[in-house]
Amino acid sequence: MSELSALPQLQAIERHPAIAFTYRLWRDKRLGAIGGIVFLLFLFLGIFADVLAPYGMNDTDLTVRLQGPSWAHWFGTDHLGRDVLSRVLLGAQLSMIVGFLAASLATVISILIGVISGYFGGKVDMLIQRFVDAWMTFPDLVLLIVVISIVGPGIPQIIIILGCLYGIAGSRIVRGSVVTVKESMYTHAAESMGASTLRILWRHILPNVMPVVIVLFTTRVGATILAEAGLSFLGLGVPPPAPTWGSMLSGAGRTYMYLGPWLALAPGLCLTVVVYAINVYGDALRDLLDPRMRGAR
Amino acid sequence: MSLLEIKDLAVSFRTEAGRLQVLRSVGLEVDRGETLAVVGESGSGKSVTALSILQLLGEAGRIDSGQIIFDGQDLAAFEDADMRAIRGNRISMIFQEPMSSLNPVIPIGKQVAEPLVLHKALSWRDGLLEAESLLRKVAIPDPAGRLSEYPHQLSGGMRQRVMIAMALACSPKLIIADEPTTALDVTVQAQILGLLKELTRETGAALILITHDLGVVARYADHVSVMYAGQIVESAPAPKLYKNPHHPYTQGLMASIPALDGEVDARLATIEGQPPDLAQTTKGCPFAPRCNAVQPACHLETPPLEAIDTNHLKACFVR
Repeated sequence: MSELSALPQLQAIERHPAIAFTYRLWRDKRLGAIGGIVFLLFLFLGIFADVLAPYGMNDTDLTVRLQGPSWAHWFGTDHLGRDVLSRVLLGAQLSMIVGFLAASLATVISILIGVISGYFGGKVDMLIQRFVDAWMTFPDLVLLIVVISIVGPGIPQIIIILGCLYGIAGSRIVRGSVVTVKESMYTHAAESMGASTLRILWRHILPNVMPVVIVLFTTRVGATILAEAGLSFLGLGVPPPAPTWGSMLSGAGRTYMYLGPWLALAPGLCLTVVVYAINVYGDALRDLLDPRMRGAR
Repeated sequence: MSLLEIKDLAVSFRTEAGRLQVLRSVGLEVDRGETLAVVGESGSGKSVTALSILQLLGEAGRIDSGQIIFDGQDLAAFEDADMRAIRGNRISMIFQEPMSSLNPVIPIGKQVAEPLVLHKALSWRDGLLEAESLLRKVAIPDPAGRLSEYPHQLSGGMRQRVMIAMALACSPKLIIADEPTTALDVTVQAQILGLLKELTRETGAALILITHDLGVVARYADHVSVMYAGQIVESAPAPKLYKNPHHPYTQGLMASIPALDGEVDARLATIEGQPPDLAQTTKGCPFAPRCNAVQPACHLETPPLEAIDTNHLKACFVR
């Protein structure tokens, strides 16, 4: 590649960091970029599910029970004659809501714990890290099942529990990054300039751990979507009749697997594709945002 | 009265092996508008001296005793909040690594303006205007255009100019430059030091130049203090020290500068041995094990820093 001819073009692009970044993502990490597009597509489908769904999620029509894919019902119908496509779309909406809110909560918790633990260090760090250690010895699923059986299933509960679960575990990653940034010369330079602790945290530490946080957030979206599906599969997730991918798999999908394989395939494939897309996108982001990988192909 | 006077400063650090006495008894003096060079090898305590002036020793470091009298006030007794009002405002610091001393995610204009916003209560808009004139002062071409650029878009020399602009922002009385040119090319070194010298002369600020490079000292310093193992061993006006070094360590340092007209294949003169391990408490002069003029008394007692001439101090028993 001729470096010289590309230079003016690159310099022009470099003035808009967001555009430059998208360009680099597409150029260097094609699979990750496609993952990002697929993810955005599902996000779009989820947001506009109410408009896009051809039928209501609980519109039953017993005359068309267990029919295979057709023009009228792209993904077929279930044992009550409900349109599977509509239910998958509305399931996407639920997955996205749970995924985004739980991942956001998890990220906020991770930042809070990670920054306090990493920046203040010493005894504070010791105490917090031993608590995180103890927390992580608990198996996720057992904790989820226990809490759900106490407070009962429901979307807010799931978001809060998943948020805490992944937030506390993820704080380790944020803490590690904060410790590195805290020891950087520019943090010391800011101290020597007379900046207060809060100012250093806000202007110097936080922006520089954002790459890690962004990656953490994307992978958490995938993980929480999967966790919600798992819970719904076990009957501990979002209560019926709301359509979720997990409950579609465990309910009609499992019971009528031989009569109507599309019942399990449609939500199962969506789940697989969306989580895979988020993960490759997260990987690509990590590679591009990691300063050590900068310039590497 | 001098601008800054450090008296008997002792600093130690907490380590896993116990407390490490990094500075034993350091005394320094800088007058207004003067350039003081602090010279010494790695680990001699130059940087720690600089950091203790601003009380930036971190959690592990502690000032055990001594006074740091700046403009009539003892900084060693200051609380952290009071120190913050001094840092970057009345005393500012320039670090060794221009490549990593700037925050990579903030445009340089904002970084230069930050001390002004912080200490002079300027708005960001006025701060950026001031930053533009500061960048012009440190001879950065197209300062207005540079304001919105990020550190990675500048070369090492340019970044150090930005650091100097930041250090000058609040017109401090004292600037501490900790090996400001070590990471730069030789030609750029000369430019940066020349600029620093010129700007301090212009603003009347005093400059403490921390370096291990005696060549730098010769050209830019008015006064030189030589450090060894956490102590000042010799202190004199630069021309005097060059013409007539008294301490065997200073003499050794001078001898190890290769002469331009010397023989090409002659071996460089060196000082045998290693600097002492600070974890070991030693009696006597710390330089004694490496000294070629060592006397029995040197192993028994630490020689005090005494005047041997006007403005010329030396800590050595050897006459």
